[in-house]
Amino acid sequence: MTQETISTDVVIIGAGPCGLFAVFELGLLDMKCHLIDILDRSGGQCAELYPEKPIYDIPGLPVVSGQELTDRLMEQAAPFKPEFHYNEMVEELEKLPDGRWRVKTDGGLVFEAKVVVIAAGGGSFQPKKPPIPGIEAYEGKSVFYAVKRMETFRGKNILISGGGDSALDWTINLQPVAASMQLIHRRDGFRAAPDSVKKMHALVDEKKMQFHLGQITALHGDNGQLEGVTVKGNDGNDFQLECDTLLPFFGLTMKLGPIANWGLNLHENLIPVDTEKFQTNVPGIFAIGDINTYPGKLKLILSGFHEAALMAQAAFRHANPDAKLTFQYTTSSTSLQKKLGVA
Amino acid sequence: MRIVLVDQKGVEQALEAAEGWRVMEIIREHGFEVGGLCGGACACATCHVEVHAEWAGKLHPANDDEEAMLDEVPVLSPTSRLSCQIIYTEDLNGLAVKLVANG
Ligand SMILES: Cc1cc2nc3c(=O)[nH]c(=O)nc-3n(C[C@H](O)[C@H](O)[C@H](O)COP(=O)(O)OP(=O)(O)OC[C@H]3O[C@@H](n4cnc5c(N)ncnc54)[C@H](O)[C@@H]3O)c2cc1C
Ligand code: FES
Repeated sequence: MTQETISTDVVIIGAGPCGLFAVFELGLLDMKCHLIDILDRSGGQCAELYPEKPIYDIPGLPVVSGQELTDRLMEQAAPFKPEFHYNEMVEELEKLPDGRWRVKTDGGLVFEAKVVVIAAGGGSFQPKKPPIPGIEAYEGKSVFYAVKRMETFRGKNILISGGGDSALDWTINLQPVAASMQLIHRRDGFRAAPDSVKKMHALVDEKKMQFHLGQITALHGDNGQLEGVTVKGNDGNDFQLECDTLLPFFGLTMKLGPIANWGLNLHENLIPVDTEKFQTNVPGIFAIGDINTYPGKLKLILSGFHEAALMAQAAFRHANPDAKLTFQYTTSSTSLQKKLGVA
Repeated sequence: MRIVLVDQKGVEQALEAAEGWRVMEIIREHGFEVGGLCGGACACATCHVEVHAEWAGKLHPANDDEEAMLDEVPVLSPTSRLSCQIIYTEDLNGLAVKLVANG
């Protein structure tokens, strides 16, 4: 299936706090943004790693949680109608003959933009993979780190490993379509919501699934097709479990990912930029937030906000070399206020 | 004051340690790959280490937050800890920990 190409002013890679604020700054300059993130929502680290923890160094907000800050930034960006493409990883970035950029995702989305802003933070969030010997051979065939379509798992003998919300939610949701369901976790305590834990225990009581204590130490199967696993039980003894599908859920980590293949200069997995435009070594590609580096760089959200403001000016000039740019305040400019929908 | 680190290759070295620092920070400061994605907020589990059996009992036990994050370490040993949750003090002089692959 070929997708229609989405044409826009700016593609922002990463919908973390810095990508979100860039929508605002670019929006004031009439530049329309599409944001792409591999996560299923915006907020980057703030939403994924510490939604409930307080942040104390956002100017003007003495205390705000990671999720609240994300919500506020979404609200602030809303007048500019940014479009979000979640669960998509940007894989390719190439220059078009007319000087614009073509951006492609793993899900087949194609964008053409005048400017690309990399706001990729510490890299894309990806599932942690258990270092079980030989697991790679099973990945994508009988070992999966995410559920994209429940139907894929109909009639399977599923083993889920982990104790967080993903592990428990998928145990409960896939149990009715699976031929059999087993959950394995290292302890009889869970990070997951207590309600899900209760539901899981109820399924065990009704003999609709099994729960085991221990850790998977080896996989058995043939040609990528899993047949069973060896588990080290909490008493130190090994035992075997039969299954044809394994779903390990151990949370997410950040990996630089495809950014390394785009021909940009990198320094220790960071993208060097200048501090006037926050442009990379490639004109038209900018980098803001945790992903960039320059002398004195601090990985703070407020630094990313500043970078977004300066980058937006440079991005506008790149996209509209002949246009005149006048400096305006949101407080006093009716034209900016009209864009914000308040005048 | 030092900690003794066994790196991923099995090589042992003594690292200068400072009181009040998180063990994760001490390891990172010496240039070893210890993860530490969340900067010690007990929110990522990438700073996982195995504490030498001799030392395991001398540390304060993991609290509920640390236990919950240890759930995100795919292969745990009985002495696994999150190195950001161990604050270095004088009493820990010689603390021995091992770096492990963390997914
Ligand atoms: C526990 C913790 C506490 C913190 N406390 C503070 C604090 O008090 N004050 C402060 O200022 N900062 C704090 N920080 C740091 C702050 O969260 C970061 O500086 C900030 O999140 C960086 O924002 P960002 O938009 O640059 O990137 P991120 O928030 O990292 O977001 C980047 C996004 O890009 C996505 N992405 C990357 N590559 C791709 C790709 N190829 N395709 C698709 N998507 C991609 C990622 O999935 C991610 O969602 C803290 C961080 C942590 C972990
Ligand atoms: S550094 Fe993230 S949990 Fe220790």
